[in-house]
Amino acid sequence: MQIAFLVTHIRAEEKLLLTAFAEAGVEPDVILDRDINIDLVAGPDQHAPSGRPWSEYDLVLERCVSTSRGLYLLAILNRWGIRTINTYETASICSDKLQTTLALATAGVNQPETRVAFTPESAMGAIERVGYPAVLKPTTGSWGRLLARVNDSDSAEAIIEHRQTLGDYNHHTYYVQSYVNKPGRDIRAFVIGGRTICAIYRNSEHWITNTARGGSASNCPVTPELDEICQRAAAAVGGGILAIDVLEDSNGELLINEINHTMEFRNSSAPTGVDIAAEVVAYALAQAEVVA
Amino acid sequence: MNHNVTCVECDADINIPTDVMENELLACPDCGVELEVLSLNPLTVDLAPEVEEDWGE
Repeated sequence: MQIAFLVTHIRAEEKLLLTAFAEAGVEPDVILDRDINIDLVAGPDQHAPSGRPWSEYDLVLERCVSTSRGLYLLAILNRWGIRTINTYETASICSDKLQTTLALATAGVNQPETRVAFTPESAMGAIERVGYPAVLKPTTGSWGRLLARVNDSDSAEAIIEHRQTLGDYNHHTYYVQSYVNKPGRDIRAFVIGGRTICAIYRNSEHWITNTARGGSASNCPVTPELDEICQRAAAAVGGGILAIDVLEDSNGELLINEINHTMEFRNSSAPTGVDIAAEVVAYALAQAEVVA
Repeated sequence: MNHNVTCVECDADINIPTDVMENELLACPDCGVELEVLSLNPLTVDLAPEVEEDWGE
């Protein structure tokens, strides 16, 4: 069985995964995205930076921190018929909040009210329709970057003008959500192959609860209700290995906020008691065996 | 293998864990800058790449 491990560099998660692979008796080829130099016209028999033809890989586990590099590589590999985790289809939906919203809406999964507009005037209209406070987000991006809670029309006008003036065209797509008044925390659930293996609360006094922004993690019990909405959300984006961010509204109802396709989990195994790296590797090996 | 390197930012003498991997990211304990291990033998580090707008999960 040949597995490639596609990375930008080795973070805590990649080290945990490589250790879990070693414990399973498997040594994947680590391929750095910076070393990629692919002939797009030639097929999968060309050599990867590892020296092995791409076609020899039973599975490529994509863990690039660079979303654009990861997406293009998944597109190429899937076109060549090489199995990847996640698939290009799943990654392309999850890397774009608007596409995620559409996929969840199609599947009837509960989520915040969300609108899109493309000009400053229509963006103001979208915010007014959602009502204050609203949340403005870039459609791509991670780690809580450039999220804005918009409390009134003055701040809406200022944020829109800044984005229009200082941002590139990506920031001229105005993705607007209703603000969910969550109880000082949100939920991150880890779903692998359709199973919700564990979840954490991300606690923060700030409305942005990302652990990358200082939110702290504690165990969140996987209730049947949480499991059910997470399984439906994962299926809506094509499944695989996913971290699903879930909000609790003031009535205790669950809403899907976003879905991450190259999840970080370094702070989540300790509070949950679940060896997430081992779960990822077990799933990856099972998927590779389907091909091998 | 020598497990000490000099931080390229602040010149601190850094003791690198024995289980370090090639291309692993490490923080300098003195100045906090993020470093990438470029090779294990000889042990070489450089500044890690700056975070780009498309980085994330």
